[in-house]
Formats: sequence, C-alpha cells, structure tokens
Amino acid sequence: MRRRTMIVLAAFVMASLTAGTTWAAEPIKIGAILSVTGPASFLGAPEAKTLEMLVEETNKKGGVMGRQIQLIVKDSAASPEKAVSFAKQLIEEDKVFAIIGPSTSGETMKIKSIAEEGKTILLSCAAAEEIVVPVAKYVFKTPQKDRDVVIRIFQEMKKMKITKIGVLSSNTGFGKGGKGQIEALAPQHGITIVANEVYDKAASDLTAEVTKLKAANVEAIVNWSIEPAQAIAIKNARQIGIKAPIFLSHGFGNIKYVEIAGAAAEGVLFPAGRLLVADVLPKNHPQKALLVKYKKDYESKYKEDASTFGGHAYDAFIILLKAIEKAGKVDKEAVRTAIESLKGFVGTAGIFNFSPPDHNGLGLDSVEMLTVTKGKFAILK
Amino acid sequence: MRARYLPVAAFAGLIVAIQLATHFTGSAYHLTQLTMTAYYSLLIVGLCMLIGYAGQISLGHAGFFAIGGYLSAFLTTRNLSSFKGSGFISLLSKAGLLVGRADPYGGSLLNVHPWCACVVAIVVTVVIAYLVGGPVLKLRGHYLAMATLGFGVIIYRIVLGTEFLGAADGISDVPGFPLLAGLEIAGKSSLRVPNYYAAWGLVILGMVFLINLIHSRVGRALISIHGAEDAAGAVGIPAARYKLNTFVLSAVFASLAGILLTHYNGGIGPSEASVMKSVRYVAIVAVGGMANLWGALSMSLVLNYLSLRGYFGTFDDTVFGVILILIMLFAPDGLLRRHLFSDLRRFFSGSAAGEEGP
Amino acid sequence: MLPIFYGKDTDLEFFFQYLVAGITYGTIYAIVAIGFNIIYNATGIINFAQGEFVMLGGMTAVTLSQYMPLPMAILGAVAVTTVIGAVIEILFIRWLRGPSVLRMIIITIGVSILVREIALHIWGESVRALPYFTGDSVTSIKMGSVYVSPQVLWVVGVSAVAVAAMIAFFNYTMLGRQMRACAANRDAARLCGVNAGNMVTLSFMLSAAIGALGGAVVCPITYVHYDSGTPLAIKGFTVAILGGLGNSAAAVGAGMILGILESFSIWVLPATYKEVVSITILLLILFIRPSGIFGSAEASRLKEF
Repeated sequence: MRRRTMIVLAAFVMASLTAGTTWAAEPIKIGAILSVTGPASFLGAPEAKTLEMLVEETNKKGGVMGRQIQLIVKDSAASPEKAVSFAKQLIEEDKVFAIIGPSTSGETMKIKSIAEEGKTILLSCAAAEEIVVPVAKYVFKTPQKDRDVVIRIFQEMKKMKITKIGVLSSNTGFGKGGKGQIEALAPQHGITIVANEVYDKAASDLTAEVTKLKAANVEAIVNWSIEPAQAIAIKNARQIGIKAPIFLSHGFGNIKYVEIAGAAAEGVLFPAGRLLVADVLPKNHPQKALLVKYKKDYESKYKEDASTFGGHAYDAFIILLKAIEKAGKVDKEAVRTAIESLKGFVGTAGIFNFSPPDHNGLGLDSVEMLTVTKGKFAILK
Repeated sequence: MRARYLPVAAFAGLIVAIQLATHFTGSAYHLTQLTMTAYYSLLIVGLCMLIGYAGQISLGHAGFFAIGGYLSAFLTTRNLSSFKGSGFISLLSKAGLLVGRADPYGGSLLNVHPWCACVVAIVVTVVIAYLVGGPVLKLRGHYLAMATLGFGVIIYRIVLGTEFLGAADGISDVPGFPLLAGLEIAGKSSLRVPNYYAAWGLVILGMVFLINLIHSRVGRALISIHGAEDAAGAVGIPAARYKLNTFVLSAVFASLAGILLTHYNGGIGPSEASVMKSVRYVAIVAVGGMANLWGALSMSLVLNYLSLRGYFGTFDDTVFGVILILIMLFAPDGLLRRHLFSDLRRFFSGSAAGEEGP
Repeated sequence: MLPIFYGKDTDLEFFFQYLVAGITYGTIYAIVAIGFNIIYNATGIINFAQGEFVMLGGMTAVTLSQYMPLPMAILGAVAVTTVIGAVIEILFIRWLRGPSVLRMIIITIGVSILVREIALHIWGESVRALPYFTGDSVTSIKMGSVYVSPQVLWVVGVSAVAVAAMIAFFNYTMLGRQMRACAANRDAARLCGVNAGNMVTLSFMLSAAIGALGGAVVCPITYVHYDSGTPLAIKGFTVAILGGLGNSAAAVGAGMILGILESFSIWVLPATYKEVVSITILLLILFIRPSGIFGSAEASRLKEF
C-alpha cells in the first residue's frame, strides 16, 4: 500500500511540475491578490469585479501598447499566508508585471518585502499608513490617507463646536489605523476623547458599547470601521436615544450599509471619495466624467451599486496603464518611475499627485464631506 | 535497516527527486509552496497521531499552531531598545538571548533571539497543552469535540483582539530563524533549496520519531486504549496519562510548525488560528486514513500544495467541506487504506455495506 | 463587576440598558440552542449546521420580500429552510448505519461548510437586512429609562411563541409524543410502530424551521450575510450545553444568562474579548459540570444515534 501511495504521489507531483504552460511573450500579465471570499469579501469581490470589467474593456480597445492584458486573480480570503504564497507564485512563476491588491492591510504588510525583493510593482487597495510609510520603492497604495479623513472630520467638528467625543472602532486593521490617527491628532485639534471602545467586526449587537458612550456624555461619536457592523452601531446609538452627531469613516462607502442601518443612517457625516455622489457633482468637476462612467459601467454589468472599495482597484489599474503609456515601454523600472511622476491624475478616490516620498498621492481634497439624506448619499452643504 | 524505515527512505528519495526535477525544469518556484506544505504536514502528522492512534479528536489544533507562531513572532519583533537600561534586559542581553539588528527601514531593534523565542514558545505550548488537555481529555464524544473547538476559538479571539499581537493585521517583519553556517529559515529566494530540505528534513525526523513511538510499548498501549479503553485500563495501562502525553506531543508538533512557518513567511495573521484551519487539518487526517501516518502525510502534501497554489480558487473552503462529507459518508477509515481495492470491488458489486469502524 | 464600583457610570438606567442588551443577545442564542436540542433529543447528533439554518432563514426572507409582503416572505423562508433541513437529513444522515459520534460531528461540520459556500455563490458576499416589522431602525420604546427597539420585543415574543408551540407539540400531539418516544428508547418505539427514520427527518425539519424563524425575526436588528451562521452556531451550542443538552426550556434560561454576562463583560474587558468570555464559560461548564446548569447527570450521558 505504501509503495502504491508513493507512486501515486510521485506521479502527481511530476505531472503538476511539468504542466506549466510556456510563457508567451505577448500579453502583459497583471496579477491580483484579492479577498474575493472570506471575511473581507465586501472589499475583494467588488475589487475583482472592477478589475475584470476594466481588463475586458481595455482589451477590447486593443490592449496597452498593442498588447493584450492577462489578469490573474488569486483569492486570498484575507489569509496572510495565502497572500505570501500567491505573491511569490505570481512574481516567480507567472512573472507578472505588477500586482494589484491585496484588499487588507494585514496581507499587504506581509508581502511588502516580497514585492520589493522581487522588484515587482505592488499597487495595494488597503488603507494602512505603514504600507507607504516608510516608502518602499515598488509599493504604492490607492485608498485615501486615514490621516486626511480624520483631519476633515475634526475640521467639521470645529465648525460645530464639538470638543468631547466618543470613539468606536472595529478590531480590524482599518479600524486600528483610524483609531491611531484619531488619538494622535485629537489634541492638536482641541478634541478630547472621553470614551474609546473597540468592537468586534462580526458583532451582532453593540448596545452595550454605545451605552458606555452615552454614559460618558459625548458630544459626537466617531465610528471608524469598514465592515457592516458599523451600521449596527449607528442603529443601536439612535435607539438608545443618543442625539449627538455620528461621524463615520470612508469605510462607510457602500449603499448596502445605509440600507441595513435604515432610518438611523439619516444625517450621519462621513468624508469619502466622490464616487458615491457622482451624479450630483457639478458638471465641471474634474472627476465627474470618470466617476459617472465607472458607476454606469459597473452597475449595468453587475446589477449592484458601485462602492468606493471597488474604486481602489479601479484607480490601481488606470494608474498602472497610464504609467505604462507614459514610460513608453513595459519595463518595471521605467513604469515605477513613471508612477512616481504622475501629477494631477484623476482617479475615483481623488486626484493623485505621486512623488518619490509619497507613494499614495492623495491629499485632504480627495475626500468630500458626505451625508445621508432620505436613504441616499448626498454632499453636506 | 528495519522494514518500518523503508517508507521513510522512499519518501526521502521522493523529496530529493522533486527538488532535482524542479532544478532541471527551471521551476524552482514550486519549492516555496512545497516548503510551506512541509510545515503544515508537520502539524498534520502530529494530529494524526492524536486522532488516529490515541483516538482523541481535536477541532482546535490551529490554536497550538498560532500559539507557537505568534509567540515567536512577538518575541522576535518586539523592540526592547527602550528598555535597555533595565536590569532584566541587560541580564538577558549578557546571557546572549537578545539580538540587535537593523529593521528594514533603518532603525535599530533589540529583539529576543529566535532560538530563545522558539524555546519559550514551545515551553508555553507544553504548559498550555497540559493545562487544557487535562480536563479536556476527560470528556467524551461531543463534549470533547466542542471543548477542543472552544479552545481553538479562544486562541483565535485572543490573537484577533489583542493590540500588541497586531489584532487583525497580525505581526509582520519577522526575521529569519538562523540555522548553522549562515543558513536561516526565511523566505528569501536565494535560500529556497536549503529551506526546502530543512523543512522536509524536519518532517522526516518527525515521522521517524512517530513511527518509533507507534512500534514501541507506548504505541501499542495507545492502540489498545483506542480500541477498548476500559480493557486497557484493566491491564494496567494508564490511559489518561498516555492520552494527555500524546495530546501534548501533537501540540508541540503543531507549535513547532507554527514557529518555523512564521519565520519562513516573515509574519503571521489571525487566520492561522481560525476554525476553518482546524477543520481543514482534521479533514486531511480523515481523508488520509485516521490511523495512517503515511496516508495523512501524502494527503497533506497534495491538498495543502494545491490549496497554496490557489488551485481551488474561490472554492477553497468548499473543497475541504466536501472532502469531509464524502470521506465520512463513504470511507470513514480514509482513502489510502489497506483494503481499498477490495472494498471498492465490494461496493460496486452492490453487496451490503461493510461494518463501520470507530 | 457590577457598575457600582465605577463613578458616575452607576446610574441604574445604564444597568437596565445593559440588561436589555443582554436579553437581546440571549434570545438570539437561545433560538439556535433550541434548534440544537430538538435534533439532539431525537438523534443524539449535534448538528453543527444549525447556524446555517438561521442564516438561510434570513437570506431567503430577504430575497422573497422583494416579491411578496413581509409576513408571507417570512413564512416562505421558513418553509424553504424546512425543506432544506429535510434534504440534508435524507442526503447525509439517513442512510448511515451506526456511525460513531466522531463521524457525525465531522459530517455536520462538512455540511455547514457546504451550505455556507453554496449560499455565497448564490447570494454573493454582500450583506442584507429585512425591514423592521414595526417602525424603523430608530424607533424605540422607552420603558422607564431604558430604550428598547420594537424589534427586540418581536424577537422575544416570537421566540416565546415558538418555545410554547414546541412544548405543546411535544407534550400534546401524537407526533410529538412519538418523537419523544424515539428519543427515549428507539427500539421500544419501533416496536410500538413508530417510524424512527421519519422521526429523525422530522426533527431536522423542526429544527430548521425554528432556526429560520429566528433568523428572519432577528435579521432587521443585525444583518444577514453568508458567513453569519458559524459564529451563531458556536454561541448556540455553548448555550445548549450551559442549559443541559436536550433541555430546551433550560436553553432559554441559559441563553439569557450568557447574553447578560457577555453584555456586562464590557465593563471589565475590552469589547473584543466578548467571545472569549462566552467560550471560557463553555469550557468551565464542560470541565466542571458537563450536564449543564439545569441538567441532571443522568441526562448528560450521551445518547446513541
């Protein structure tokens, strides 16, 4: 029996090793490591769909520099060890030109050094500051800076003369990042944090947590999360009678969250990318055309609302394309330098101004203070 | 050489053959997934010992993997520079337990030496395994399964909820685990081949250890306990003690796998402690044949390798769920067992289904 | 642990608000636990897929509510999930002969994974919620100084009715008594003409129905998502064991206790450790008194399938 096992094993391994297809020089291979299923699927699934849509569109138009694009999507299900395995596989075996993703900060941090060592461009769709601070030559990120979102919130609070706040954040990398920025920046903006709770991203009821905030008599609540549980916090807060304004992060950028929060979502304030209000932007706004097109294409193809999460993958792709065109050749070094030199580049998350020390390129103006009126996103007047 | 070591030699030969094949086809990148698979296999053979030979299910073994991985990751990345002045730290430093290095971004770090961290992690694992195993192994059936499941969930929740363990992001920038002669267990592509042999060498050592254990007095005692615990007790075998020791042994295998894989990957995340991982390990042991070390090892090699290459796509978890169902329904003793062909013949000829094993 | 020790947070109103929060969680857990108990009583199996029934109830109700009024959508969801429960039993459980406990546990785990992944591929990964039965997400009834959402009253009310219906079913109907007979002594029941195989299928159907009902009624408060079944299953069997496996009335009490303990735990621990609290309680109960708080040592002897 054991011999049989050995033979079967050996045969299998030999077969799989020699099964790799020869790499044709023609198409440009772009890898994507996304959390299409699993705990971060609300990020990875729209991102994967967006990329597939864009690649199809680009290839129909003749590809880039006359070459078709081949997209290889790997589902990491938010597991860092899978991300590591896929990163090495994409770089060494598939020899991809660039990698888009991963969807979460935890995974990105694990493959940051792999991308650097493999000299492959990595355009992450995750938000943590550490991804680009300190700067690694090949690593970029497309979501807005947490710091800018927090500052925007504090500016609004100043207008509303709020000084004592309660902070709720989820126990994920996104929540941790925002919490850290809030705590760091609060003093210089005259804000005091009187209550600070971290909740589980899969919580089904947060009444106990918001009761603690109510007991502290907060003048406003900041709820920093990218998961659906933030909607539950909003509902519970309103249900127990908290009338104070609720601020959210750009992680609220999905109409589904508004739907599950129902009437409680009315009047919440959150800085976010303008994709959510594309239709009501003034005609001459530089982002309007792009946003309206993305929204229309995505919604007609996939029959669901576009979210800002998918937008991060959108930006990653068009940045890459633009950089290839600018560099004039499909060469990693040249394209990398080209990305760093992109200025005034219009994306869904904002207008990108890259530079060697700034591998994110977005600033305070990339977010607009939005609110929810009658169940729809609207710009705060 | 004794007959029982023949498969070991054959397996070692297979490992070398695979590496040479990748060398000559220029596809050395396969070694990455194969090395990661080796570490998971270390956990799985330990688990097979527990489930198959000692007859104790564990639905929380990923917890031990995480304990090892997280402890070593934490100790080797926690910067103690700020504590340089304190007496305890300088004592450790003089004992050679600390190591200074430059972090990837130019700062200077003072961390615990990986060997010391490894020892600490394993000691902690042993302590926890004894503490938890004692009461848990007194339970039976559903209660035992749920207690182990609960243990796994507690570890998952602790690593997910604790700030200094990285919360949802886990711990990154874990340094390599230095071996002798300038080699280390790390993910650098230049060290691929040595790492591959180191990992599989460790697995083979583990297998030899377990095979010897099975053929020893302890192993025979375990088999008798598994078969009929009361009868075993009647002939003077301290069943509880043997079960507990097997539990701790399998925990150490899991923890060691966690430690070394964390150094290889350069980090660890909470997903390594999740329930799905524990279920996956049990599925692999089940499909290989509960009491079949070689079966578990070969299934681990195949399934983990495919999973790490993304072969199952978005159906990764589904595959293991389906495997569990199919194996439990049709082949509860695993696939690669002695009477496989005769059973298949019987199945297809429509005669009555055979007796079910324990 | 009581709020008495914490300065200005000692207002009694917050104490009661926490209590209500605890009762809300507790009822959700109790519903899942009752589902476990029904199947356990009839078969001795712990059905790890129980959480998925709750998830399916919510998901199906949301889909159906787009085509029909809410009450019908919920009834439809319960019906569909009941059928799925029967299918699962027939496909995976029915034709096993004398399987071991280990095998059954592993099969139901596999089934729960399969159901979850199928749900993912049918409905996608986005979250859904049903509209509130009365009012909306901000209405709340002020009882004293405590705010309660009307949906919570619905959850408690529907659960109470479901439990009462179960008790009535098992005690006063022929079918219910047959199921109890099967649970007590299968061979004797068979000798009296009870079809044991059908009783097992029926138990799965009942369990699925009650899980789905719970899922639909809880859905407006939280949200439902292909992944929401598993954490509920873990909490559910914690409660089932806490109350004593097989004892549904005790499951309700145990659910309340666990829910309240979890709710108050955030006074002393960070909120992210709430689950650690419930699992630690599970382990303590298993180590000290596996028959549960309300169970008897005799009842805790595991049943045979």
